[in-house]
Amino acid sequence: MSLRTPLGRVLGLGAAKEGVQHWWLQRLTSIALVPLTIWFLVSLLALPAFDQATVRIWLSQGWSALLLCLLVLVASWHSQLGVRVVIEDYVHGAGGRTLLLVLVSFLHVFLAAAGLFAVLRVALGSPP
Amino acid sequence: MSRYTLATSIFNRFTGVALSLGLLPLVYWLIAVSGGRAAYAQALRVLTSAPAKLVYAAIIVSFAYHLSAGIRHLVWDTGRGLERAQSRRSAYLVVAASLALMLVIAYFAWAAAVRAP
Repeated sequence: MSLRTPLGRVLGLGAAKEGVQHWWLQRLTSIALVPLTIWFLVSLLALPAFDQATVRIWLSQGWSALLLCLLVLVASWHSQLGVRVVIEDYVHGAGGRTLLLVLVSFLHVFLAAAGLFAVLRVALGSPP
Repeated sequence: MSRYTLATSIFNRFTGVALSLGLLPLVYWLIAVSGGRAAYAQALRVLTSAPAKLVYAAIIVSFAYHLSAGIRHLVWDTGRGLERAQSRRSAYLVVAASLALMLVIAYFAWAAAVRAP
């Protein structure tokens, strides 16, 4: 005899309160970050100089802007997923943990939005 | 779980958190580029300071390790390499690969810094 409620069986979630969604996203973002981070490092270190004009020209190219947007987005996402696990594992006390999770999530969304905004601003042609 | 797995796993978390903090200088730099010449010149003073270079060194070490160890985790996810002897061998492999990667990145970062201080 199962003591699980019909709703609990349908949702398929136990005391963990979540399924494989977090695990899957962590893997998906990590696979994407392998080429993205390697591309970023290679392009960054291949730049002839690091003055604003040079970096602007690099950022204005379609591929660089697109890949940089993806990097900022996927890296923030992967980071949020990872830091969340670290907080869940090491921070005890439900109140503080929840507060920290909220703060860290907001901070990651803010970083991702700020990075995307900055890249698009250059790529779509703000005055130098 | 062997102590090799334990050590490599905890260091993977540690370097992951370090790389999370590395998002801050990245976004700061991007905002500076979009902010115009004067804003960029001001940010560049911060981004090329001695403490910043220490941060880049930490990011290079963390990235090299987290990438190598992350690929090991992805291989584990396919169900391969989970035997004790195998995971011990791959622990050494991760350390060797990340050291090699670290040296390569550090060399090119140094070359870039010399080229454009």
